[in-house]
Amino acid sequence: MWDYTDKVKDHFLNPRNTGELEGANAIGETGSLNCGDALKLFLKVNENERIVDATFMTFGCASAVASSSALTEIIKGMTLDDAAKLTNDDISDYLGGLPKAKMHCSVMGQSALKKAIADYRGVQILEKPGQIVCECFDVTDLEIIDAVKANNLESTDDVTNYLKAGGGCGQCLERIEEVIESVKAKG
Amino acid sequence: MKIVYTDNNATTKVADEVINEMLPYLGQLYGNPSSMHTFGGQVDKKVTQARQRVADLINADPEEIVFTSCGTESDNSAIYSAINAFPDKKHIITSNVEHPAINNLYKELEKTKGYEVTFVPVDKKGLLDLDLLYNSMSQNTAIISLMWANNETGVLFPIEDIAKKANEKGILFHTDAVQATAKVPIDVKKTGVDMLSLSGHKIHAPKGIGVLYVKKGFKFSPFLIGGHQEGGRRGGTENTVSIIGLGKACEMAKENLPIMNSTVKELRDYLQNQLLEKIPGSSVNGDLEQRLPNTLSIGFDAVEGESILLLLDRQGICASSGSACTSGSLDPSHVLMAMEVPFKSAHGSIRFSLSHYNTKEEMDHIIATLVPTIQKLRDMSPFWKDGKMI
Repeated sequence: MWDYTDKVKDHFLNPRNTGELEGANAIGETGSLNCGDALKLFLKVNENERIVDATFMTFGCASAVASSSALTEIIKGMTLDDAAKLTNDDISDYLGGLPKAKMHCSVMGQSALKKAIADYRGVQILEKPGQIVCECFDVTDLEIIDAVKANNLESTDDVTNYLKAGGGCGQCLERIEEVIESVKAKG
Repeated sequence: MKIVYTDNNATTKVADEVINEMLPYLGQLYGNPSSMHTFGGQVDKKVTQARQRVADLINADPEEIVFTSCGTESDNSAIYSAINAFPDKKHIITSNVEHPAINNLYKELEKTKGYEVTFVPVDKKGLLDLDLLYNSMSQNTAIISLMWANNETGVLFPIEDIAKKANEKGILFHTDAVQATAKVPIDVKKTGVDMLSLSGHKIHAPKGIGVLYVKKGFKFSPFLIGGHQEGGRRGGTENTVSIIGLGKACEMAKENLPIMNSTVKELRDYLQNQLLEKIPGSSVNGDLEQRLPNTLSIGFDAVEGESILLLLDRQGICASSGSACTSGSLDPSHVLMAMEVPFKSAHGSIRFSLSHYNTKEEMDHIIATLVPTIQKLRDMSPFWKDGKMI
């Protein structure tokens, strides 16, 4: 059954700001066809580094579309500095919450936004630091450590829900477990 | 809102005739069929009739029918019985597109009991690699178990040919016929299978009732150990109401088999051809010929299954998808992956499975809903532009 809030349903059924944005001067892309969801975010940023317009194109489930739609609504009018502070929880909260297994949809929004901001500022996003743990979804140990700390994740299921890591072939589940344990051990 | 139910491979409507047949036994006629008194005995008579009706559908003898609680129990009973009968044989052959009901059992046997399981692959059309299958058969093989029809694509395996080879080599053969029952003719005598599973709720009987056919002469060992019921092959007081319902459903299934392979098949083909024609970038998953008459698995490029299902649901249309986002896992279905269906359409694959209750008007409603739905999702997909994939 569809376990979505009315707000998620609304943003899925009536997505705001879809399509390419003419005159966009910042673009952030994340996800892929293979993963099952992907988001392309278009921003128009003015000379004061304020986001004057934002649109998206998303391939994915209802919560991926809703998260993308919510993201564009939240960031319109923000300065890039403020937008850079946005977290995936802000997106999820805006929608009245997402089912646990769909949290990665909000993470995808945050990631596309980071990339768009980097694109505007001409900053190269370097090769991801850390070691790849999940080959299926290209997730590193450092990303897992960050997500575990930021969201108090306790199990491999939690990590999969947030980062997708471990949700494909499942071969890295033991390694994810070790990473969680190491974070816990350090307190 | 009117419901258009095209998810019959998930479960089916309990037929009115089946409900009517069951009602007296849910009410006044509650006796235990094992009792000595006439009150219980009349229920036993009805259970006997039901057993005969089930046997008639698959051309078995009534004493070869064992009632269980579901398809999963039937499958588990068959496999455990085989490995109990041949404790020295540590090899099992199956396919890589089986239902989780049995797939997870193999994984368990591999992990905890040291069994070697050969998962025979399928090709892009979902058809079995028969050479590999036949070459895998050895003296160490305890059982070969293959689904008769695939639940997601409807693709049929050549069960009769495989059973023949298995018989020649003296290897036990089980088939999970949960999806095939009531959709294609099944004749256990002609086919020569040793065991066969079927499930009530897929053929217009209620949930919670299954059958394991066990060929006469096989040294069967019960999975559920208890009383003398089912000839000592399955303990527990009979689920009389559901058994009686299943009997009626089997009788009706036999009558309806020609309808399934004419009217229902025509509806499925109509839906399939209209969608292929009206929606560019769509493709059918699975072999077009060796396929159940009621099943259509169709993939749409550059869109995702859950989104499609949710928009269909808004119009009262019930279907399902093998897509990641609806199943809790993140990869598309293991069946579509085994068939190497490309990711571009695997994530956007929808299964429509019909029954004789469906109508042409319903197919038209699905078509009229799906065409703009796919368009709407493609309009916001980053992988679709100007009428094609990018």
